[in-house]
Amino acid sequence: MQDNKIPLLEVRSVKKEFFGNVVLKDISFTVNKGEIVGLVGENGAGKSTLMKILFGMKEINESGGYEGDIILNGKAIRFKSPQDALLSGFGMVHQEFSLLPDFTATENIVLNRESEKYSLMSEIFGSRMNTLDRQDMDRRAEEAIKRLNIQLDKNMYVSGMPVGHKQFTEIARELSRSEMKLLILDEPTAVLTEKEAESLLAAMRHLKELGISIIFITHRLKEIVDVCDKIIVMRDGKIVENLENKNVNIRQIAKAMVGREVSSSALNVQNEVDNSSDEVIMKIEHLWVDMPGEIVHDVNLEVKKGEILGIAGLAGQGKLGIPNGIMGLYPRGGNVEFCGKSLPSENPKECIKSGIAFVSEDRRGVGLLLDESLEWNVAFGAMQTQDKYLKKLFGGLIKWRDSSAIEKDTNKYIESLQIKCTSSKQKAKELSGGNQQKICLAKAFALSPKLLFVSEATRGIDIGAKALVLDALKKYNKENGVTIVMVSSELEELRSVCSRIAVISDGKVAGILPASCASDEFGMLMVAANEIKEEA
Amino acid sequence: MKFIKGITLKQPQISKKSLKEGLIKNIVPIMFIVIGIFGIVYSGFTATAIVNEMLTRIARNSFLVISLLIPIMAGMGLNFGMTLGAMAGEIGLILITDWGIVGVPGLVLAAIISTPISIFLGWWCGTILNKAKGREMVTSYIIGFFINGVYQLIVLFLMGSVFPIKSEILLPRGYGIRNMVNLTGVRKALDNLIPLKIAQVSIPVATFILIFILCLFILWFKRTKLGQDMRAVSGDMEVARESGINVERTRVISIIISTVLAGYGMIIYLQNMGTLNTYNSHTQIGMFSAAALLVGGASVAKADIKNVFIGVILFHLMFYVAPYAGKNLIGEAQLGEYFRVFVSYGVITIALVIYETSKRREAKMEARLLREGTEVKE
Repeated sequence: MQDNKIPLLEVRSVKKEFFGNVVLKDISFTVNKGEIVGLVGENGAGKSTLMKILFGMKEINESGGYEGDIILNGKAIRFKSPQDALLSGFGMVHQEFSLLPDFTATENIVLNRESEKYSLMSEIFGSRMNTLDRQDMDRRAEEAIKRLNIQLDKNMYVSGMPVGHKQFTEIARELSRSEMKLLILDEPTAVLTEKEAESLLAAMRHLKELGISIIFITHRLKEIVDVCDKIIVMRDGKIVENLENKNVNIRQIAKAMVGREVSSSALNVQNEVDNSSDEVIMKIEHLWVDMPGEIVHDVNLEVKKGEILGIAGLAGQGKLGIPNGIMGLYPRGGNVEFCGKSLPSENPKECIKSGIAFVSEDRRGVGLLLDESLEWNVAFGAMQTQDKYLKKLFGGLIKWRDSSAIEKDTNKYIESLQIKCTSSKQKAKELSGGNQQKICLAKAFALSPKLLFVSEATRGIDIGAKALVLDALKKYNKENGVTIVMVSSELEELRSVCSRIAVISDGKVAGILPASCASDEFGMLMVAANEIKEEA
Repeated sequence: MKFIKGITLKQPQISKKSLKEGLIKNIVPIMFIVIGIFGIVYSGFTATAIVNEMLTRIARNSFLVISLLIPIMAGMGLNFGMTLGAMAGEIGLILITDWGIVGVPGLVLAAIISTPISIFLGWWCGTILNKAKGREMVTSYIIGFFINGVYQLIVLFLMGSVFPIKSEILLPRGYGIRNMVNLTGVRKALDNLIPLKIAQVSIPVATFILIFILCLFILWFKRTKLGQDMRAVSGDMEVARESGINVERTRVISIIISTVLAGYGMIIYLQNMGTLNTYNSHTQIGMFSAAALLVGGASVAKADIKNVFIGVILFHLMFYVAPYAGKNLIGEAQLGEYFRVFVSYGVITIALVIYETSKRREAKMEARLLREGTEVKE
């Protein structure tokens, strides 16, 4: 009786800021025993920070803790480490598997909690010399698998398992703790096939019957509606919707997730820049890219000459994999045709030579030579691949660097992009993030590309610099007729610059919409809910 | 339909590939079997001579090679730092020779002396290797050279001057140990403890019993909690750490065990040889042991007892027959010694290259599976 009255977990006005940057504002909600709570929200909405707080992760305590209370079974708690959380009956399954490939399901499930048999040697050398009790380990693993109510071979090695079984193994590991009360599942279905996801949802319902509460984070709204008792929508560090799952409209959730209506003036600006032709400059067919965390499964896309094409999507869905794969930074397959010629895979030099430039999202790693001068940074790519800025001596036998041409061009870009620096000889690492980003653009411009990939161009830079970078891109497109493919997590930014926006979900193109479409249309595509839209 | 057809077509290709892959993976042992057969034929040795020699060499080297197994289990690769243990064993032998303690009691005392030195050196080496994760092999190799310098300092300058040494193993100048120490007191003390001779083949029964006990220890160790933790650490250090295993400590323990076993192994090795080459005996022992293990079909990441014995037999068979085969074929006995060094380095190089390429190939296979997986899904 009491269990039903006092919620298992109550989060009361939790606030969190990272060094003055507020990420959670006044979060309050409850989870009852045997209840499944769905948690949805865009990237950066604060879901993962909230989960880290619940789990007592190190970085939360290191950055000054949090405000507000977390109450478990009527008692206020404050975890100092994930170990505390585990002992209190919390379990968490992360997006990435944390399994040992050469261990069997059983060995993974009881990892570091193996059943032991006494051995004489442990009298001298301590309890680690106890031998393992394989029979008891098997029994415990079987019990955990039974609680999930699924088919899983306990003797199978993880390396040979299909993805779904890996996920089940991981959940079974949490369940094998006897004190398990609350299970947090962070996008468990993202990597699963439809069938596997279905059996996972069934397993979740079974756990619910056993009285285990679940916080279920996912981008697939259909699953949320299917399985949850309660739905919480987060946006910009706040809970914007907290509703019982009764007659819930998916469209309504999607809209709440994406939020923010764009002012029509911004869209008008975009319309006048649209100078695309009907000619196809790049044709992408059945592209797959093996970029860890951003896997692309099967992308078909046509880029028109002269347009600014946006690529949107949630993190981990594969939007970053597209430019990285095409430029040859990660293994890829499928056919990519550029100006009528097919591009070789895993060969960045050929890609650049054929007239494609790439401004990477990894500014400091791939984008810049941090310890070199701005001049070097601007000229390096062009010098390496196009023999630009080189004087030829003895009929091309020796190539000599043309310093004055480099300096002249660098100064030209410093002026046109308004890069704040002491001189073109300054080192790249001394610039601020926004100005570093502009140097990356200058480097790409110096290649005089026919097509430019820009990946997360405004990530981590302030609003003023953001506007400048976007303007520079628009201007470059307009004046030089260069096709730009822009990948970004910020939908509004894409909508203010691009003419068309392709939404990537689950490594595939979920749809291509004109920028003027309403934001909930994009939201629906991002969460791959288009199939439900048709049903409704 | 299209996809189903594609898959059935691919099947035979894969099985052919796996055969080829199996060949590539086992190229080292296969090469040695071929060389060994040629060597036996051209050396003109009798079967008795070969069996006799091989039994001696198995008894002499197995213990040393087995000491490499546990760090491999913990994912630290070949522990070239076993040289440290070898030096500790030698110090034990030098001291018991000076004190004039003979026979099996002498060997036991040498082992007792070597143990704390090995534990300390192993702990020190393991701590350093924890700071060089992913580069354990080259680091432990260089640590071996460094400690060799310390060993020389102690044996060449401090023994006799700081540590009292009285017997004739001291250099005439009053400090430092002679280049050669005759281990007459303990020569073959263990090998001949239980004498057994079958058809002119003498069998070092006691040594074999000791090796057998060590093998049982290794098998039992794999089933302990510590052994399981080592496998986990080898699989993925981060996952192991998350589950609460003390990764660093586990790795250090594996190096300590290896170093201590190497110390005992060196004592067994030297009692069989009968003389201690004070400044050279240990220098190449790590390399030869590693090469033997690799010849037995082990890789840097996976090795078991079976690999030890296959490796010792194949590797030493070649050493034994090659000089005579060389002499009979081209009149050059030097070939053997040349082969010994050349082949050891060659084997280690090949094994490392095969390991790296197969790792890369596996990554590519995964990428291919990813693509095929999506194709089938559609």
